[in-house]
Amino acid sequence: MSIQILSPRITVVKPWISLAVKEKLIHGFFFLNGILSVIVLLGIFALLVFTSIPAFQEINVGSFLFGLEWNPTSYVKEQYGIIPMLVSTFMVTLGALVIAVPLGIGTAAYLSDVASPRVREIAKPIVEILAGIPSVVIGFLGIVLVGPILAKVFGTHNGLNALNGSVLLAVMALPTIVSISEDAISNVPKSYDQASLALGASKWQTVIKVKIPAALSGIIAACMLGMGRAVGETMTVLMATGCAPAMPESFLGPVRTLTSSIAIELGEVAYNTTHYYALFALGLVLFIMTFLVNMTSDIILHKYEKVNR
Amino acid sequence: MNTMIKEKKSNQKNVEQEVISAELEENNMKVRVENFNFYYDTTQALKDINLEIKANSVVGIIGPSGCGKSTFLRCFNRMNDTISSIRYEGKIRIDEKNIFDDNLDVVDLRRNVGMVFQKSNPFPKSIFENIAYGLKINGIKDKNFIAQKVEESLKNAALWDEIKDRLHKSAFALSGGQQQRLCIARALAIEPEVLLLDEPASALDPIATAKIEELIHELKKKYTILIVTHNMQQAARVSDYTAFFMLGELIECDETNKIFTNPSKKITEDYVTGRFG
Repeated sequence: MSIQILSPRITVVKPWISLAVKEKLIHGFFFLNGILSVIVLLGIFALLVFTSIPAFQEINVGSFLFGLEWNPTSYVKEQYGIIPMLVSTFMVTLGALVIAVPLGIGTAAYLSDVASPRVREIAKPIVEILAGIPSVVIGFLGIVLVGPILAKVFGTHNGLNALNGSVLLAVMALPTIVSISEDAISNVPKSYDQASLALGASKWQTVIKVKIPAALSGIIAACMLGMGRAVGETMTVLMATGCAPAMPESFLGPVRTLTSSIAIELGEVAYNTTHYYALFALGLVLFIMTFLVNMTSDIILHKYEKVNR
Repeated sequence: MNTMIKEKKSNQKNVEQEVISAELEENNMKVRVENFNFYYDTTQALKDINLEIKANSVVGIIGPSGCGKSTFLRCFNRMNDTISSIRYEGKIRIDEKNIFDDNLDVVDLRRNVGMVFQKSNPFPKSIFENIAYGLKINGIKDKNFIAQKVEESLKNAALWDEIKDRLHKSAFALSGGQQQRLCIARALAIEPEVLLLDEPASALDPIATAKIEELIHELKKKYTILIVTHNMQQAARVSDYTAFFMLGELIECDETNKIFTNPSKKITEDYVTGRFG
C-alpha cells in the first residue's frame, strides 16, 4: 500500500502583520498585565509612606511605636501610641489561630484520609464557600449570636470583646487553613502511607506520624495565610470587639485593633491634620505586618513545593 | 489444687502445640495458599491459586506484566485492603492461621509479614527515625532498646558500615540502592517472619542489585521470603523455588532449577527462555 494524497494542497495564508511583530505585541500585552499588580502594590506602598511622613513631623517615632496611649483628640495632650492597638490585633489574631489551627488541621486530616470520597466531594466545597461569606455578615453573627453566648458563659456585661473577635476570625480563617492543609496532606506521596501501613501502623497513626509531618510546611503556610486574613480583617472585629481605644486588659475585655481604628476614625478626622496622617501611618504598619506574614507563608510554601518534587 | 490444674492444662497445651509444631516440622510449611481467588470489582485477578511455601526458603514469583504477581504478593499482608471493592475467596495460611479470619488483627499480620516496595519509599525523616518508626508505633518507648534495634537492623540489611556516621541525616540523602536497603532494614526492625519483596531491585543499577541479592541470600536463614521480579536471571539467582504466573493463574511452581531447565509445562519454557513476554 502506498500513501495517496487526493485533497488539494494547503495554501498558507499570510497574516496582515508579520508574525514576529505580532509575537512582540502579544508579549508586551501579557508583560503589562503581569507588571500591573506589582505597580499597584508599589503604588500603595509609596502612597502610604508619603502620606505618613507628615505625621512624623509632629509625632516622635519612638512615642508612636512604643506609646501606650492612643488619644488623638485629647484637649490636653494628643497621644499617638500604637501599642494598645498592636496588642489588640495580636490578641485577636492569636486567639483566632489557637481556635482555628487545631480545628483546621483536624478537618483537613479527616477530609483527606478518613472521609469517604463522597463526603469529601461534598464537604470540601462547603468549607470553601465559608470563605465567601461577607465579613459584615460574620460581624452581625458576632453581635447577635456569639456575643450573647459569651456573655452568658463568662457572666460578662456584654459579649463584645477580644474573644468574640477571635471566634469570628477563626471561622473566617478556617476555610483557608482547611483547604490548603487538605491539599498539602493529600499531596503526600501514597508510598509513605503504604510504607507506614505495611509496618503495622493504623490509619490514624499514619496520618499523625507520617502524613502531617510530611505536609508540615504546607500546613504552616496555610496557617500563615489564615493569619494574614485575620490580621487584616476589619469589619468583623469592628463590629464584635467593643472597640475601646485603651490598653486591652483580657480576652473578655473590649479591644480595638489597628484595622478598626482606621475604619472608625478616618471617617471623622479633619483633612490634612496630624491625626489624619497618623491614620495613614497606622495603615503603613498594617501593610508591613500583612506583607511580612504573606511573604513568610510564601517562602514556606515554596520550600514545601521543592521538597515534594 | 488450682495451680495444679493450671499446670496440667498448660502442659496439655504445650503437648498440643508440640504436636502441631511437630507436624509443621515434618512438612515444614510456613505458608499455604488454598483455592485462593481474588477479584477487583468484577474482574478476577487471581484464579484458584494453590501453593505451599517452606520456611526459610525464597520463592521467586515471575510472569508477564499484569499477570497478578504483585496483587498476589500484596494479599499476604492484606495491603489490598486499602483498595475498595476488592473481594477474595479461599485461604492463605501463615503458620496454619488463615490471614483472612475475621478475628485476625491486620496490624498484627503486617507486623509479622514485612514488605518492601518496588520504589524505595523512606519517610522524609532521618535514617534513624525511619527505622525507629515501626518500633515506636508498636508502642516501644525504651530508647536504648530502639537504638540497639536500629543498629541491628541496619547491620542485617548490610547498610550499617556505610551510614553509621550519619544516622541522623535525612534518608533522602542516601543513594537509590541504600534507600532500598534502608527500607529492608525498616521492615526487619519489627521482626517479621515473612518478607515480601515487590521487585525490590527494578530501579537499581547492577551493583546495588547485586548487594540486594546477596542480602536476600543472608536473610533467608531467618526469614521466609517471597520476591516478585521481572528479571528472570534474578529469579534464577536468588530463589529456591519459582512460581510462574500468567493471566491470574499459577501455571507452575517448582524448584528454581527445574523451572529454568526442565519445566513441566510448555508455556513456562517459552516464557523463561524469552520466546514471549
